[in-house]
Amino acid sequence: MSGAQGQAAPPAAPAAPPAGAGAPRRRTARRLLGRPEMGALVGALAVYLLFYAVAPTFRHVDSLSTVLYQSSTLGIMGVAVALLMIGGEFDLSAGVAVTTSALTASMFAFQLTLNVWAGVCVALLLSVAIGALNGFLLVRTKLPSFLITLATFLMLQGLNLAVTKAITGEVATDSIRDMDGFDQAKKVFAATLTIGGTHLRVTVLWWLGFACLATWVLLRTRYGNWVFAVGGNAESARAVGVPVAFVKVSLFMTVGFAAWFTGMHQLFAFNTVQSGGGVGNELRYIAAAVIGGCLLTGGYGSVFGPVVGAFLFGMASQGIVYADWDPDWFMFFLGAMLLLAVLLNLWVRRQATRR
Amino acid sequence: MTTPENPAEPAGPKGATTPAGAAEPAGPAAPGGAAPLVELVGVGKTYGTIRALDGVDLAVHPGRVSCVLGDNGAGKSTLIKIIAGVHRHTSGELRIDGRPVRLDSPRQALDRGIAAVHQDLATVSLMPVWRNFFLGSELTRGRWPFQRLDVARMRAVADAELRGMGIVLDDLDQPVGSLSGGQRQSVAIARAVYFGARVLILDEPTAALGVKQSGVVLRYIAAARDRGLGVVLITHNPHHAHLVGDHFTVLRLGSVELAAPRSGVTLDELTRHMAGGAELAQLERELSGPA
Repeated sequence: MSGAQGQAAPPAAPAAPPAGAGAPRRRTARRLLGRPEMGALVGALAVYLLFYAVAPTFRHVDSLSTVLYQSSTLGIMGVAVALLMIGGEFDLSAGVAVTTSALTASMFAFQLTLNVWAGVCVALLLSVAIGALNGFLLVRTKLPSFLITLATFLMLQGLNLAVTKAITGEVATDSIRDMDGFDQAKKVFAATLTIGGTHLRVTVLWWLGFACLATWVLLRTRYGNWVFAVGGNAESARAVGVPVAFVKVSLFMTVGFAAWFTGMHQLFAFNTVQSGGGVGNELRYIAAAVIGGCLLTGGYGSVFGPVVGAFLFGMASQGIVYADWDPDWFMFFLGAMLLLAVLLNLWVRRQATRR
Repeated sequence: MTTPENPAEPAGPKGATTPAGAAEPAGPAAPGGAAPLVELVGVGKTYGTIRALDGVDLAVHPGRVSCVLGDNGAGKSTLIKIIAGVHRHTSGELRIDGRPVRLDSPRQALDRGIAAVHQDLATVSLMPVWRNFFLGSELTRGRWPFQRLDVARMRAVADAELRGMGIVLDDLDQPVGSLSGGQRQSVAIARAVYFGARVLILDEPTAALGVKQSGVVLRYIAAARDRGLGVVLITHNPHHAHLVGDHFTVLRLGSVELAAPRSGVTLDELTRHMAGGAELAQLERELSGPA
């Protein structure tokens, strides 16, 4: 640390470096490089150009729409998980929580022969309650969220299978295609819009909408300030009066909300839910957030970054198909991308903080 | 965190050495007549079976600097955490403006005008300077669903307040972690002063700083004192304490070893008490022993 200006002679120290014109531009460049999502943007551009070059079908607008759809199913969770990570915590149960939500809505409505909206509402309550439970256990026990949510993850995984089998006798739920309210709910959660001859899934709009809302909350509200603070240094935050427990619990509940929304999309897009689904997705959400520049240790990151991170995932998963590569390479590709992204982020941050 | 090195041992020399004429009872007979801003009477704190603090008296008056000195584990940090509402005392009485209170959170202490600048928790280092300055007391505009941070005003105020303390930053967006240690402490002090603190508690503000930067921080302490704030300065550096202090309390293993106003103690005495007094003499004899 060589902050040479300012502290030397307190009153009226001429601290601004004498450079007049050159300094501000360099500062702007440095601030731009210091943005958390910079690495993801560069990576996304590179991957886009790669597939653009090797896969002719990738260049079609319809392909872009498919890529965006793929990205959005991951990205909606990615937004909430990113907020949680900036707030300094993980949620390993996020992947199966999506399935739990979809199963709950489906079975509740089907078994009691209710309007599907009743199931949707019950699922919302349950999902947010699971988030609240995670958060409550965390703030009460002060155990690492890794352990707490690992436990919820395993429990939910078991419950998903066991309860579904006990109620339906199978590993998947019955189709709710013909039930009251299905078409209406499908319009909300899984509609396909046609814009100028191109099909666009409504989840893409929800995804971007949620991302904009989350960005505004994070950067322009008191709550957002608190999220950064509890993730950066929870004790300091508490010492200046930030309600740390409230922020943490509410962040877990936000993840619960996103899990509900994603679960509803799956339910109304496919009519039925596989009870074993969702396992492994929690790590993809975290990977999207990390590729997007969120620090694993909290206190630093953005929402826009993880949006780009999710887009990278979407491009990779679809691009491999369009390029006619063996899909078995997908995971390897993702891993390599993650590694590159974190290395790039590390390098960029070092450049930015060097003074 | 401070815990006595050896909890089994009776907590420190009880009959603390008090220089003649210096025995200022920390009771209601405080100078000036008015009740002290903050007063501790026989305050103790136990963590389970460990006694971190025992029977400590301390009074904080407006426009005066009370120094609390002590070795590692003497109970200094525990003491300020009690005043700042981070921990609750387990015995004795904490009075604010003469009335006994129990503080359950730092927020409650802040609401009563008691602000602590902790050694390790002064700021959130990854956050920009202006966000740190207003953390927990952000300025907003608009009504609830659209209530948002008043970024322009927050930046302007933070900049003006920091300039008032002689810290001129060319970029308020730089993370606090990129400031020097002295600047970071000063940001925290400026924040506390701006938010109307009447009592400022500083935990080892100069511990990690060089001579020059310590000077900067000490000047801000004097400035805060001159503005009429009651200052509690926690330090293990008797030289720094003696520069700005009006009253000195030396803690040893959780109890008061020395309590004296500035007039009642010299720097040498202070240094000797800090260094362990009798214990050090004993050690000196041992080490130079059978030569």
